[in-house]
Amino acid sequence: MQRTATIAVLVENEAGILARVVGLFSGRGYNIDSLTVAPVDEERRLSRITVVTSGTEMVIEQIKAQLDRLVPVHKVSDLTREGPHLSRELALIKVVGAGDARIEALRLAEAFRARVVDATTESFVFEMTGNADKLDAFIALMRPLGLAEVCRTGAVAIVRGPRGLHA
Amino acid sequence: MSATQHPKPADAATLTGAEVVLRALKEQGVEVIFGYPGGAVLPIYDALFQQNAIRHILVRHEQAAVHAAEGYARSTGRVGCVLVTSGPGATNAVTGLVDALMDSIPVVCLTGQVPTHLIGNDAFQEADTTGITRPATKHNYLVKRSEDLARVVHEAFYVAKSGRPGPVVIDLPKDILINKAPYTEAPTEAHRSYRPVTEPDAGAIRRAVALLKGAKRPVIYAGGGVINAGPEASRLLRDFAKLTGFPVTNTLMGLGAFPADDPQFLGMLGMHGTYEANLVMHGCDVMLNLGARFDDRVTGKLSHFAPHSKKIHADIDPSSINKNVKVDVPIVGDAGAVLAALLACWQADETPQDKPAITEWWRQIDAWRAKDCLRYRQEGKIIKPQHAVKRLYEITRETGRETFITTEVGQHQMWAAQYFGFQQPNRWMTSGGLGTMGYGLPAATGVQIAHPDALVIDIAGEASILMNIQEMGTLAQYRLPVKIFILNNEYMGMVRQWQELLHGGRYSESYSAALPDFVKLAESFHAVGMRVTDASDLDRAIREMIAIDKPVIADIAVDPKENCFPMIPSGAAHNEMILGPGQEGGVAGVTDEGKVLV
Repeated sequence: MQRTATIAVLVENEAGILARVVGLFSGRGYNIDSLTVAPVDEERRLSRITVVTSGTEMVIEQIKAQLDRLVPVHKVSDLTREGPHLSRELALIKVVGAGDARIEALRLAEAFRARVVDATTESFVFEMTGNADKLDAFIALMRPLGLAEVCRTGAVAIVRGPRGLHA
Repeated sequence: MSATQHPKPADAATLTGAEVVLRALKEQGVEVIFGYPGGAVLPIYDALFQQNAIRHILVRHEQAAVHAAEGYARSTGRVGCVLVTSGPGATNAVTGLVDALMDSIPVVCLTGQVPTHLIGNDAFQEADTTGITRPATKHNYLVKRSEDLARVVHEAFYVAKSGRPGPVVIDLPKDILINKAPYTEAPTEAHRSYRPVTEPDAGAIRRAVALLKGAKRPVIYAGGGVINAGPEASRLLRDFAKLTGFPVTNTLMGLGAFPADDPQFLGMLGMHGTYEANLVMHGCDVMLNLGARFDDRVTGKLSHFAPHSKKIHADIDPSSINKNVKVDVPIVGDAGAVLAALLACWQADETPQDKPAITEWWRQIDAWRAKDCLRYRQEGKIIKPQHAVKRLYEITRETGRETFITTEVGQHQMWAAQYFGFQQPNRWMTSGGLGTMGYGLPAATGVQIAHPDALVIDIAGEASILMNIQEMGTLAQYRLPVKIFILNNEYMGMVRQWQELLHGGRYSESYSAALPDFVKLAESFHAVGMRVTDASDLDRAIREMIAIDKPVIADIAVDPKENCFPMIPSGAAHNEMILGPGQEGGVAGVTDEGKVLV
């Protein structure tokens, strides 16, 4: 049975680390649904990668074990298994059009709490944050209303409550 | 006098980068380095010239440098060390690196690189070495700051030998080697992120012992992890087998971890394993896997693998557990530590064994053994390859000399695994995971460098040996009396065997046409050549070969039509082995599903 897993990986912030992680996924034929990375601790030179993947339970266990044995990896955490977690993604969505479609797009954006971050007489750029499902729903609604361009960050995720992920 | 001979203690920024590298190698205990010079590594070669602590062995091809380091590492338990130049030097080394990765052999490979300001400019002899070797190594480094140099070398050795061992590349831009660099000693504190677990979990050990105590049809399936854990682990394996009375089988990588002539030894298992080993695996109720990885050559058809067994798997690499085969008791740890813990827990546990069931199990095993699956018929003049290996084993054993065997890849490799008995670990070096033709001669070079007085024999095929034949030059230069024992059947034998069994006997490109005269070839490389075509001449030739204190090529003309049996065809299960002519086997068919498998 397939499942989706959101995996947080705390790594050394060093050249080539992203290539190691991505190469591991492509080389072993694992899926990457999304992947994000950024430094999170300047002083201790740590970056955090959030990768959303899918596979059978055995494959997901493999992915975690394979990530964990990379030399610059400090910690691997399967947030989907660790308990309740928050997942957020940011999208910039450009909608081009005029007349009723344009008014409808703006009305829906308000309903979805998307912010207008750029506007011309014939276009909007909406900024929207939420989990992937919410973004998917909004983008689907924009499609007939003049959706021109979508840009998404991929998910970042964190466990709820006081527990943290430490090196 | 050079700074490397008399390093200054504190402020060592008087050393060049190249001198720092050599000093760090020396601190790591490196005595021998296998390499080939070139523009980017000239500073290291210059520093090597001015010191005596580290001996450099000049190979004839960079692939061979890595295989030689592997042979050195596998026969000594130490880290093998390699030095090659940038670009083609590094790319030529890649096959060796992947070989070491697949077989978990600790190697540190220094590669030259163009100066930092030229990286990315398509400079002469530039290659993206860290990019190319990322999936070919356990880890790799590109040193871009002089102050990182010593730390990286120390760390590379730690990574290469810790946990599941493997190859590590350090890419060294030429300016980093020339510029002055500070020296720092190997750190004493733990690594920041890489700290593999070696001590097994006590609960897992207890669960394992509970299963093993209740076993009626047990088997110990031991692999290369036991060899990598050091000779003590092999001793503990023997102790554990004696204590429990369990049968033991070894993987190709594990041969020597358990003495071949021990009555509890079933021989090798897997695709060309013995009848009894494979049927014991198929019929067992409790399996103890120690340091093996359920490789496809071992398991055959996964859905039919040991179908009625509870499986215990001890491995130092957590990613090897539950990768191919779902197990009941996973144990993460070093094979030696796991065996010590199993022994202690078994002795402390008062539950009795089911002795009558074990006795019954041995009765069944003896019935399978009676099949004598490795039987062959040596009649007349034509030498059977099995007979050649068997006599090589018996005669070398008579001499009492310490003997190390390397192989190339193919039929001869399997016959060597089947007919040469290994009583101790670290005496058998073969390319198991990657299956690299051309491995055996350079590996033998590395073994002979580490053990100058030992008898080192490369059991080869006439096709494989040509893949790194240039290393005859290395043997000559360093007067290494390696013996090359070619089972010459004028075919890429394993390819021919598969074509016969799977592809309607269409021998596409598998004939070894236009072979060299191996006797003359040996002589041209300052070695001794001999050719044997008659079975009655075999023993004399082997004795003569062993007695010669020079490199020898013994070209043994063997039966070209001989196949390697038993064989589990691709996609078949352990109980569907094909046996040799005149012996009844299981189901001999190969399904279409099996045909796509390698």
